[in-house]
Amino acid sequence: MLRFIIRRIVVIIPMLFIVVSLTWGLIRLAPGNFYTGEKKLTPAIEKNLREKYGLNRPWYVQYGKVLWNIARFDFGNSLKYEGQSVNQILFRGLPVSATLGLSAYLLALFVGITTGTLAALKQNSWIDYASMVLAMIGISIPNFVLGPLLVLIFALNLFWLPPALWNGFPSKSIVLPALTLSAIYIAYIARLTRSGMLEVMRSDYIRTARAKGLSETQVVFRHALRGGLLPVVSFSGPALAFLITGTVVVERVFALPGLGNYFINACFNRDEPLIIGIVAFIAVTVLGFNLLVDISYGFIDPRIRY
Amino acid sequence: MTDSGHGNLLSVTDLRTYFETEDGTVKAVDGISFELKQGETLGIVGESGSGKSVANLSLMRLIPNPPGKIVSGSIVFAGRDVLKLSPREVRKLRGKRIAMIFQDPMTSLNPFMRVSKQLMEVTRLHLGHTKKQAREHAIKMLEHVGIPDARSRVDSYPHEFSGGMRQRVMIAMALSCRPELLIADEPTTALDVTIQAQILELINSLKAETGASVILITHDLGVVAGMTDHIIVMYAGKVFEQATTTELFERPGNPYTCGLLRSVPDPTDEQGKLYQIPGLPPDLAHLPPGCPFAPRCERAEEICRREFPPYVQLTREHYSLCHFASDVYTKSQAQEGNR
Ligand SMILES: Nc1ncnc2c1ncn2[C@@H]1O[C@H](COP(=O)(O)OP(=O)(O)OP(=O)(O)O)[C@@H](O)[C@H]1O
Ligand SMILES: [Mg+2]
Repeated sequence: MLRFIIRRIVVIIPMLFIVVSLTWGLIRLAPGNFYTGEKKLTPAIEKNLREKYGLNRPWYVQYGKVLWNIARFDFGNSLKYEGQSVNQILFRGLPVSATLGLSAYLLALFVGITTGTLAALKQNSWIDYASMVLAMIGISIPNFVLGPLLVLIFALNLFWLPPALWNGFPSKSIVLPALTLSAIYIAYIARLTRSGMLEVMRSDYIRTARAKGLSETQVVFRHALRGGLLPVVSFSGPALAFLITGTVVVERVFALPGLGNYFINACFNRDEPLIIGIVAFIAVTVLGFNLLVDISYGFIDPRIRY
Repeated sequence: MTDSGHGNLLSVTDLRTYFETEDGTVKAVDGISFELKQGETLGIVGESGSGKSVANLSLMRLIPNPPGKIVSGSIVFAGRDVLKLSPREVRKLRGKRIAMIFQDPMTSLNPFMRVSKQLMEVTRLHLGHTKKQAREHAIKMLEHVGIPDARSRVDSYPHEFSGGMRQRVMIAMALSCRPELLIADEPTTALDVTIQAQILELINSLKAETGASVILITHDLGVVAGMTDHIIVMYAGKVFEQATTTELFERPGNPYTCGLLRSVPDPTDEQGKLYQIPGLPPDLAHLPPGCPFAPRCERAEEICRREFPPYVQLTREHYSLCHFASDVYTKSQAQEGNR
């Protein structure tokens, strides 16, 4: 088990290297620079800027510096937000993204698993059909459509909830973004739960459980859920990683000061250290959560040994 | 095996269990009747798909609905019709008074749950055991079915046992509450031959000890020969022949049974060539009007394909579903005389 974990952590390093290198390469390949704006700079100023930020050095020196920064988990200063280190910005944006992401995640798990289980237990009933149609819709509506739509209904027409901005947690301001964000995850989890539960409920050991005289509730909760939810587990680890590390579209639509929003700004501004910092952070988180999922499998399914 | 003084523990009359499928109505069990006396063992034999499992799952009302439904009949167990009980009352029967062992021990235990917990669950439910009592009982049962080191192995997961050991665990679980009726659905089919004999021996000795009645399902007539008092032969959801075990083996009154008997491997036969009934069982959703076995039957004549056969009583306890039941029976008697 320990060897398995160490092996997996060691694998994270080259992956991170690849992700960061690709990001850096793409930024460099794109035309323009962080100082290219509406106003044309005089050559003298441009030369000064290039010297200050080391852009006149050979590319491998600059690339090496990037890697060295990553290794120390210190990404340097932002080019746009002057005097602020990338780490400071990460720590400012992360709580917002994480709060929103975690709320959406818990909502998605709760609603998704409940409806998926109900749909499976009442297969081919109206509950089943209704929830699967809703899930289909949830999967096919992109969140940049769903977000504004919810705002239109609940904020601008009914005035129940604020249309945008962040007021911390708990507050009404989190409801619409969390809902928008979780919709597709609810849909996926509901479908995964349904198919997982349907398969388990047909299995021999469920028949055994029924033959013991257990009630249907006991059969479902004691015997069926565990096996039925295995597919959800493998889905929900990476999902959590993506959710808490910021979601570009939703944070933009609702103007929330999270990592996703910083990331877009960084891209517009060509703020190289910030882009790389956020990408590296997301990569590590996603890889880490995948590892957590694999470890948790060992606890859920006793047949799995590392 | 005399029946004086003992009433019927179980009496099934005209049981019909159908499945609604896209292909039409599958009449998996179509009007079967039989009786089982206290302490007796009944064998149910038939090829794959003949409705043995469905019949027995019906007894415990374990047919998945939809697509399945018990459409008619009565199942009187210990004086009460199981089909008329409330779901709650049925659950009180399951696992306590009627217990079941399934075909595949590899998949019939919950892979995510310790064996101890799976065993304790039954006695806590039906006997009101405390955790501690249930645990002790579980260990005792495992020892009883011959699991070595029961105390230290009770907390293992199913995958840590071999197939034969798992079937022993299933038996321990089934017998935990001392059921009056034990249904064993092909308990040895998935096991290798040496283990098969051990498991059957175990069921036999536990039966003798607890006085339970047993229904033993199998598609192998060889298995039931030494263990049962009565045998039912099923084909296409119907009872084709019903007799005491000795009678059925010595004087079969149905061509299908004769075919089954011929396909039992005979250790004294030097050539060792195995007979097989030609053809395949029929599609239960589209049965022909006549005898469902007619297309495969050596004895079949015009009438067999046209008319459904009568259920002929040959002796007091011997019935056969065949137009020529008496002929076949007489021939068997003659052959028996020759031997
Ligand atoms: N859930 C189901 N849905 C549709 N048809 C079913 C279902 N369960 C059983 N059947 C049908 O009922 C018929 C009898 O099946 P059953 O399992 O009782 O056979 P069996 O005699 O036990 O065979 P085996 O020796 O293979 O266990 C089969 O034709 C099968 O296709
Ligand atoms: Mg079967």
